[in-house]
Amino acid sequence: MNSSMVIGQYVPGDSPVHRMDPRAKITIIFFFVIVVFFANSVASYGSLALFALLSVGITKIPPRFIAKGLKPVWFLIIFTFILHLVVTKEGNVLFSVLGFDVYSGALIQGVAISLRFFLLILITSLLTLTTTPIAITDAIESILHPLKKVKFPVHELALMMSISLRFIPTLMQETEKISKAQASRGVDFRTGPIKERLKAIVPLLVPLFVSAFKRAEELAMAMEARGYQGGEGRTKLRELALRKVDYAVLVLFTFVIIAVFLTRA
Amino acid sequence: MEQSFLEFQNVSFQYREDSPIVLDDVSIQVNQNEWVAVIGHNGSGKSTMAKLMNGLLSPNEGYVYVDGLLLSEENIWEIRRKVGMVFQNPDNQFVGTTVKDDVAFGLENHGIPREEMVKRIAHSLKAVGMEEYEDHEPHRLSGGQKQRVAIASVLAVAPSMVILDEATAMLDPKGRKEIMHTVNQVRQERDVSVVTITHDLNEVTLADRVIVMNKGNVWFEGTPRELFEQKEDLQSIGLDIPLVSKFAHELKGLGLDVKTQPLNHEELMDELWTLHSTT
Ligand SMILES: Nc1ncnc2c1ncn2[C@@H]1O[C@H](COP(=O)(O)OP(=O)(O)O)[C@@H](O)[C@H]1O
Ligand SMILES: [Mg+2]
Repeated sequence: MNSSMVIGQYVPGDSPVHRMDPRAKITIIFFFVIVVFFANSVASYGSLALFALLSVGITKIPPRFIAKGLKPVWFLIIFTFILHLVVTKEGNVLFSVLGFDVYSGALIQGVAISLRFFLLILITSLLTLTTTPIAITDAIESILHPLKKVKFPVHELALMMSISLRFIPTLMQETEKISKAQASRGVDFRTGPIKERLKAIVPLLVPLFVSAFKRAEELAMAMEARGYQGGEGRTKLRELALRKVDYAVLVLFTFVIIAVFLTRA
Repeated sequence: MEQSFLEFQNVSFQYREDSPIVLDDVSIQVNQNEWVAVIGHNGSGKSTMAKLMNGLLSPNEGYVYVDGLLLSEENIWEIRRKVGMVFQNPDNQFVGTTVKDDVAFGLENHGIPREEMVKRIAHSLKAVGMEEYEDHEPHRLSGGQKQRVAIASVLAVAPSMVILDEATAMLDPKGRKEIMHTVNQVRQERDVSVVTITHDLNEVTLADRVIVMNKGNVWFEGTPRELFEQKEDLQSIGLDIPLVSKFAHELKGLGLDVKTQPLNHEELMDELWTLHSTT
């Protein structure tokens, strides 16, 4: 089992982006995603792209990791681009390919939408690349904290997420073990017709589910034995704290937003 | 008279009204700083007994006293702080995403302030020799290491008693040794009672006292030495004695005057050479 699958996309590092409070990162990404839809000029796109690329640069994460994160969406980006070329009919005809007229407006729109897409994916993957899943969980718990007033089970949700994170590798190891055991008996769910493969997966899933339930029961018992009684009166080891770097980046990002709105066409 | 820390008074228990009685009128005690081993067949009620000790279950009849307190709904959390428990499966009791977080879990539950938590985590990981693994995820640890973290997690809360319910059963011999070494060490350094539930007879020899459970009853209570002297009786309920004891029994059978029941190789050797020198 490769370890990258286990820890998700996270690439350890010591850059300012890594060290930022995950809440600050999530906040920035949240507004970035909104603001991207307001960009409509070279300068406004430029400011956002500059911010995104600068952030990526600071992380010192090798580009191949970032490319890996973008891999599944390249297709989508290119598809949108081509779709725009074909469908949009604004501006002058620039050239024709295979009988299709490509308009200048289409080219501009295609580039703009693809760029928008690209920036969205880039900035959101930056979160998972520089933040451990557990830190993201902590941030979500902290951000959702006000919802406790309306009885939303914030603590329980966060605990569920962190336990899932804890058990993903364990269950993956187990899946691998069971699938090897089944494979050694000649069960094959990697090749063959889909119906056969689905059938072959049942003897894999059943023991996995049985064991998962047993684990859950034992874990609940162990948690109770260790004094777990819900979120009330609990203290926390991992503390989130906004620091200078967070404020600095937040201020910088505010300037970017202002720049985007000032340079809109 | 030694101070008793935990006491069962005529405790009976069954899981449901229509299910068989698992513990039948059991009265036992565990003294302060004492190491008690509990052995018995699968299904003889050992785990049930353990769960009654920290209020994971409560008796149908009889009383459970912990540190002078009658176990009840009101003091159950206080008692769980005093009585820590390590379970059999190393994976299914590891709550945190890292070693540090797992040790923190119990402390967080008991509302220990953060600064204190950091100190206690470092201290208890050191006690089990896992201080270098603070940031490791559980899937990068061996079974024995995970169990040591489980022990550290329990110790961090500063309990007066630690129960290990077949905590070594899923480990390889090396892992078992690690755990027993750790438990021994902890007992020397801290004032804790230890209850180990086990099938490993070598673990039994380390204890101060043994309780043998059979079909929901206490079948025997005494020192390991006394226990292994009763070879036939023990074998009559389907349990065995360690190899060293067997050997001593054989020697006795041959008419040799083996006086004390040896518990380990060293004792057997001593017994043998003194035997030789007297004849
Ligand atoms: N959660 C449960 N519900 C019903 N019966 C149980 C439960 N746990 C254990 N038992 C039964 O209680 C008896 C004693 O079990 P246990 O205390 O686990 O024994 P041991 O730990 O000595 O193997 C067994 O017959 C078992 O089937
Ligand atoms: Mg048991």
